[in-house]
Amino acid sequence: MSPEKMVYMTNQIATYFKTQADPDRAGKIADHLSDFWEPRMLEKLYAHVDSGGAGMDPLVVEAAQRVRRAKAA
Amino acid sequence: MKDFILPPLNDRDMGTPTKQGAPITLTIDGFAVTVPEGTSVMRAAAEAGLQIPKLCASDNLEAFGSCRLCVVEIEGRRGTPASCTTPVVEGMVVRTQTQHIKKIRKGVMELYISDHPLDCLTCAANNDCELQDMAGMVGLRDVRYIAPANAPLANHFMRQNTSGEANPQWLPKDETNPYFTYDPAKCIVCSRCVRACEEVQGTFALTIEGRGFDSRVSFGAKTDTALASDCVSCGACVQACPTGTLQENSVIELGTPERAVVTTCAYCGVGCSFKAELNGDELVRMVPYKNGKANRGHSCVKGRFAYGYANHKDRILNPMIRDQITDPWREVSWTEAMEFTATRLRALQAKYGQKSIGVITSSRCTNEETYLVQKLARAVFGNNNTDTCARVCHSPTGYGLGQTFGTSAGTQDFDSVEHTDVVIVIGANPTDGHPVFASRLKKRMRKGAKLIVIDPRRIDLVKSAHIKAAHHLPLRPGTNVAVVTALSHVIVTEGLMDEAFIRDRCDWDEFQDYAAFVSDLRHSPEATALLTGVDANELRAAARLFATGGNGAIYYGLGVTEHSQGSTTVMAIANLAMLTGNIGRNGVGVNPLRGQNNVQGSCDMGSFPHELPGYRHVKFPEVRKIYEDAWGITIDPEPGLRIPNMLDAAVDGTFKGLYCQGEDILQSDPDTKHVAAGLAAMECVIVHDLFLNETANYAHVFLPGSSFLEKDGTFTNAERRINRVRKVMAPKNGYGDWEVTQLLANAMNGNWTYTHPSQIMDEIAATTPSFAGVNYDMLDAKGSVQWPCNDDNPDGTPLMHVDGFVRGKGRFIVTEYIATDEKTGPRFPLLLTTGRILSQYNVGAQTRRTDNVIWHDQDLLEIHPHDAEVRGVKDGDYIKLASRSGETTLRATITDRVSPGVVYTTFHHPDTQANVITTDFTDWATNCPEYKVTAVQVSPSNGPTEWQTDYNTQAEQSRRILPAAE
Ligand code: SF4
Ligand code: SF4
Ligand code: SF4
Ligand code: FES
Repeated sequence: MSPEKMVYMTNQIATYFKTQADPDRAGKIADHLSDFWEPRMLEKLYAHVDSGGAGMDPLVVEAAQRVRRAKAA
Repeated sequence: MKDFILPPLNDRDMGTPTKQGAPITLTIDGFAVTVPEGTSVMRAAAEAGLQIPKLCASDNLEAFGSCRLCVVEIEGRRGTPASCTTPVVEGMVVRTQTQHIKKIRKGVMELYISDHPLDCLTCAANNDCELQDMAGMVGLRDVRYIAPANAPLANHFMRQNTSGEANPQWLPKDETNPYFTYDPAKCIVCSRCVRACEEVQGTFALTIEGRGFDSRVSFGAKTDTALASDCVSCGACVQACPTGTLQENSVIELGTPERAVVTTCAYCGVGCSFKAELNGDELVRMVPYKNGKANRGHSCVKGRFAYGYANHKDRILNPMIRDQITDPWREVSWTEAMEFTATRLRALQAKYGQKSIGVITSSRCTNEETYLVQKLARAVFGNNNTDTCARVCHSPTGYGLGQTFGTSAGTQDFDSVEHTDVVIVIGANPTDGHPVFASRLKKRMRKGAKLIVIDPRRIDLVKSAHIKAAHHLPLRPGTNVAVVTALSHVIVTEGLMDEAFIRDRCDWDEFQDYAAFVSDLRHSPEATALLTGVDANELRAAARLFATGGNGAIYYGLGVTEHSQGSTTVMAIANLAMLTGNIGRNGVGVNPLRGQNNVQGSCDMGSFPHELPGYRHVKFPEVRKIYEDAWGITIDPEPGLRIPNMLDAAVDGTFKGLYCQGEDILQSDPDTKHVAAGLAAMECVIVHDLFLNETANYAHVFLPGSSFLEKDGTFTNAERRINRVRKVMAPKNGYGDWEVTQLLANAMNGNWTYTHPSQIMDEIAATTPSFAGVNYDMLDAKGSVQWPCNDDNPDGTPLMHVDGFVRGKGRFIVTEYIATDEKTGPRFPLLLTTGRILSQYNVGAQTRRTDNVIWHDQDLLEIHPHDAEVRGVKDGDYIKLASRSGETTLRATITDRVSPGVVYTTFHHPDTQANVITTDFTDWATNCPEYKVTAVQVSPSNGPTEWQTDYNTQAEQSRRILPAAE
């Protein structure tokens, strides 16, 4: 999966959750990623976030960090 | 292994349809019988076990009263009324066999027979003819009317008289339809065929022309042949015909069948029950089964006639392997094939990791087979890399309905349509995709139900014989969310919602948020009209009708799901149903029309990478434990790869091996070039199918599959109905598909020991709460059952959410329209949307190998006259269709069924490769591809594109098979 495609997919998810009246949107995005993304896709996501998260919605960046922490726990 | 006793086939013709009403008791030939008010005397007699002779009556048609063979005497009434048209009355005393009646009946039969050829012994209907039966039953012994020896002949069946003069009344056979023949010489003009075409199928292709002695059955205009007429070849007329006038060609060729086995159609999600009628193991014909609860005795051309692919010469019967996809195929034994495959897969896992291989389950195979394939991934491969083609069609249904109602299940049974008052059909084309459901819907519409069609194209339901939609909202592809949200806007702002239902059944706070959102003026039909192309007044009228017109039901298809906002549209639909209180009773509901026969089942069986059977997430330890205990392994708690992710991972080099059962991802998945690149990057692709499909061009192992006639199992249709599939002949390839998967599992040390699919169902029932009550004995006894079926619902669940939603309170979800990034522009100014046609099925692998090609031998591009003219495209021209992804060529057909700016095609033929055009945009939640919107340009062309030529060369190379080694 190219970084562009991954950024695109995650931003698409963020765009949806941004339309929802939820106090914790990053949490919702994190749940979604955690439920549906396979580990090697998540690894790519973490790597992209680590290298600055270019093009990525800030909510996704936050969500990615939360997924990473949760899965490491 | 266990033998199953087939349930007795009780499908006797009761003469007239069943009625509902207060009980009425009468006496027939001295027997007292009680039947519902409105029942005919004929049916009452049949209920009492007495058969009154009849010719023009049949219990799937309203009584007509034309043959007068069914006359009876009724005490206190004058004359001899026809029993089929006489309703029962309390205390009535009926006699069916008096001297007087018997004489009348003989007279009637004598007249019929005097104008009927007496070549019974050589007639295809011999022994399967009601005229014969009735002649026998009334004791007809001689026929006194003989036509005069010379012209004019007073009959319809002699071609010429004894002096060789032609009989002007004689008409030649019509053999234009590939599946049945019309022989006018044998017709008794009972009009059962005409009424079947009207009442059962709803096509109105047949009429009776002329009067009295001159009356004839005709396919529309005088010049029309069966093929040229409106006939859709459903076969209802053939089934209704009491004589050999309308007869299946297979019976003409093979003779009348001597045994019948009830089974289920393997084409679409309606899941029609059929009687497979055979001589020995030779299939003579498929006849829709009257007691089938999905189809109630009706069928379409695919299930009824298009089964010949099972014997097609292209079918592969031996396993084949090759080292590289550039090599020709080599036929090998099953043992060698399994060793080769197991060794390769294990080597890949050793080199690239446990998660480097996976499976794709099929929506065409049985539940039992699908269950085994996902079990192969989870228990033998040791990962969750399992997905199914439902990914590319109904995965947004799972997500959307799961979020709002708490389960992905469709809410109704098909019978529910008989109680509906207003229907919304959105993104579906039932007359082509789900024909038997369409017939049932049209029947209800003829009785007064109203229809709202939301579709970019003017589909047949918008207007055809004796039906017309109240509203058609021809939206621009990709704007579903905006249109459905606008419907809700009208309902909320005009105060038309069902507040009592919402307060009682839904989360009221969430509703408040939703109501505030949807009431915003930007969601009004006026504000969105520019975007959606839908007339605001029409949309308002449709919303009012749906909210106030009585029982409202929504039926939707892939035109809803296959969008980047597919999941959001499903939630918008669920909102609309809750808003109007249309959930939890007969005649209402949210009804996903599933494409393939077992899409529902393949999802139920745990095909998705994040869910174990019964839609339970792999992250839950208590769910994993059930399977870990049953299978003696550990289950990965992390979700596996979905199909698009598998292909991405393959291109990245981390996914290397794929077992693909009964699925042709290269043809059916979007962005063909990306799929091809993914497949080409894998080192072991195993295709398990009937034919060398397109995906097999990239395969290293080919395992021959078995057809639905060759194995036992179950399919689950769109109404969650579990229907039995029964083995009527031995698998031509040697093994049922479940056995092949077991061979592979065991070659990889799986130690599976199933000897019959019933044992697989027992395992499913033991591990999946919604299937707990299901087993083969029960299915044989009940015929079919809708899940959930367990201790709480021992007879299954026809209606969902009756007393409350599965999740508790129904949840309203805000559905903001977000435009797809697939946008038109100067280079690609048109929007392409895709669909299918009645006679073909999915990628066409089966139907293209039957006579159905007579109706559709190539994919055509529908284009509006205006768009065609500015591009200099004429009807039938070769055109080039190009998008950002690729280009292909096909022929154009010019029609105003599509709006200006929109073009449409089907994807049934591999030569067209319509998916070279589609892009890799997907639904935000589920990665379901956005098939239904692609920006394209159309231009004149002289022939195939370079891609098509290259593709065909590669395919040809790849399909070479070496002669078997000696
Ligand atoms: S096959 Fe079906 S559509 Fe055709 S004439 Fe007979 S009933 Fe009508
Ligand atoms: S074709 Fe058959 S069903 Fe139709 S009118 Fe003639 S005999 Fe009756
Ligand atoms: S294709 Fe569908 S509608 Fe046609 S016979 Fe089969 S299940 Fe029924
Ligand atoms: S069966 Fe009653 S009139 Fe023909």
